[in-house]
Amino acid sequence: MRFVFKTRYDQDIALARHCGDRFWYSLLMLALVAAPWLLPEYWLAQLSFVFIYAIVAVGLMLLAGFTGQFSIGHAAFMGIGAYAEAYLAARGWPLAASLACAMALAAAAGVVVGLPALRVKGMYLAIATLSFGFIVEEALARWESVTGGNAGKSVPAPQVFGYALDSTESFYFLCLVCVVGSTLVVLNLLRAPTGRAFVAIRDSEVSAQSMGIQLARYKSLSFAISAALAGLGGALYGHKMQFISPEQFSLVQSIDLVLMVVIGGLGSIHGAFFGAIFLIGMPQLISLGKDYLPAAIGQATGLQSVVYGAVLIAFVMLEPMGLYGRWLKVRTWLELYPFYRRGMFKRQKSFQKSERLK
Amino acid sequence: MLVLQIIVAGIAQGCVYGLIALGFVLIYKATETVNFAQGDLMMLGAFAGLAGMSVLGWPFWLAALAAVAVMALAGMLIERAVIRPVLGQPQFSIVMLTFGLGYIARGGVTMVPGIGTDTHALAVPYKGSTLDLGAVVVGGEQMVIIGATAALCGGLWLLFRYTRVGIAMQASSQNQLAAYYMGIPVQRLNGLVWALAAAAATVAGLLLAPITFVHANMGFIGLKAFPAAIVGGFGSLPGAIVGGLIIGVVESLSGFFLPEGFKDVMPYVVVLLMLAIKPTGLFGDRARKKV
Repeated sequence: MRFVFKTRYDQDIALARHCGDRFWYSLLMLALVAAPWLLPEYWLAQLSFVFIYAIVAVGLMLLAGFTGQFSIGHAAFMGIGAYAEAYLAARGWPLAASLACAMALAAAAGVVVGLPALRVKGMYLAIATLSFGFIVEEALARWESVTGGNAGKSVPAPQVFGYALDSTESFYFLCLVCVVGSTLVVLNLLRAPTGRAFVAIRDSEVSAQSMGIQLARYKSLSFAISAALAGLGGALYGHKMQFISPEQFSLVQSIDLVLMVVIGGLGSIHGAFFGAIFLIGMPQLISLGKDYLPAAIGQATGLQSVVYGAVLIAFVMLEPMGLYGRWLKVRTWLELYPFYRRGMFKRQKSFQKSERLK
Repeated sequence: MLVLQIIVAGIAQGCVYGLIALGFVLIYKATETVNFAQGDLMMLGAFAGLAGMSVLGWPFWLAALAAVAVMALAGMLIERAVIRPVLGQPQFSIVMLTFGLGYIARGGVTMVPGIGTDTHALAVPYKGSTLDLGAVVVGGEQMVIIGATAALCGGLWLLFRYTRVGIAMQASSQNQLAAYYMGIPVQRLNGLVWALAAAAATVAGLLLAPITFVHANMGFIGLKAFPAAIVGGFGSLPGAIVGGLIIGVVESLSGFFLPEGFKDVMPYVVVLLMLAIKPTGLFGDRARKKV
């Protein structure tokens, strides 16, 4: 186990806690940059999907995991970003401008959705976002002059300084740049006063307010940033799929996004990435495992959703901290071997906390 | 008189929303959990009725009663096996759990070979009969829906008003700890509440089946019961029914008067308006945190 000896206050908020962190993350970056030369094209495409979902997950994590505001309509922001990008890219806008525009539009929508958050919380907010998701999906399907309606819309390859990023490798690098950039932005935000305000709001709105945090401002800000990242993810998603239609941004997608952050582990940026890997990797695993199952089970259409449901229930019941919590335990076990105790991460007995106001 | 006809259709549809919303409210009051699998419980209930009629060959009424009983038992089992161990965790993890239950229910039904992926019609004895009231013609299905909902609400009112179990449920929904100190078996009551909610969902499913057919995705209609529960006020049983009626009528009127596409969206517009104007709903308690 490593004990960090702090000699400067800056170390408290440094992104990397010690040189081990720096070493491993540099190694990871090196591996990701080298990936196009090492991995076959199919896996590269899957990795791009992981990055795209990770961007959305980081945004949703900021909102749900760090500000405590749940959104079951996040696919709507993805949809807004994707359609804005498709519309602008078809008009020949350069990538940077159209991405910025898509993010701004999604952020504006996020502020609008955040408005109910100023008055309601908990389940009411979840249902408000759910309603918003439905309305956006229906609007995308009906506004045919811009979105092409239910027939869908094809998305051209992104243009950067006159070059079309139409190969798997070049698009992979675009996704890599976006995911690293947005993660750094969010990490920086979280160690700044704004991020601390978000966490304070999550832990107790009343005490945050009495510390002088303007709830309305920070909640709207959190919604805006989260929606902008979802819009960025959606724009890249559109380019990757090359074809978008309203049902790709339906409630099922929203639930998948929430599932991603919950299984990854709420309240950690690592969790967002673990969740994205889970969401993309799980269908692959299921299709690999299908061959070993009897045909009646293996070929059934409902298998995937049964497995998703079972995994979700198992995580909530057995590992509420998600994949990241499990990773923490494994790491601690390795670091402390052979002194790990079973109860180290055991939370104190929690009685049923009432969110009903007295 | 067309408008009256549309309103009657809306009321019938609203009763179904109201019954599903009733399940939300029952569970919310007991365990402070929003059960996103309520629509899927409804779907399972409809399939249970279908199985009773087609596989076992029972008449409709017997199959319906059996389906309600089976689903009530299933609701109690779900509470015991999955919900009770996680009570006390943050509210949203329990919501995620019910998402998982919904996934399993939907996937599990589609995995049943031969039945799961098809749509089925439930052959009810009152199908096709109509009642002519002069100005409006009420279909048999609509009449049964409205009648059954009224009967169920009456039964629930009697339960909560006059029986010991009902009063104990009220006490535990107001303050669980205090109820527990008074000797009320709160955990067993929670199981009963889940059974009640599952039974109400089954009734909704059986009532809805003659209108929309039975299929694995019919549970998604439960998502329109959320607006119903919110409009009525999430903690109020009469509110759930009233909210359901409002949503049903708004939906069918907007389907008639507004351009195509508004019908499916209007319930959500109504709920957003409601949350913006009066977040506690029509019958909800006024809640304010005192520090």
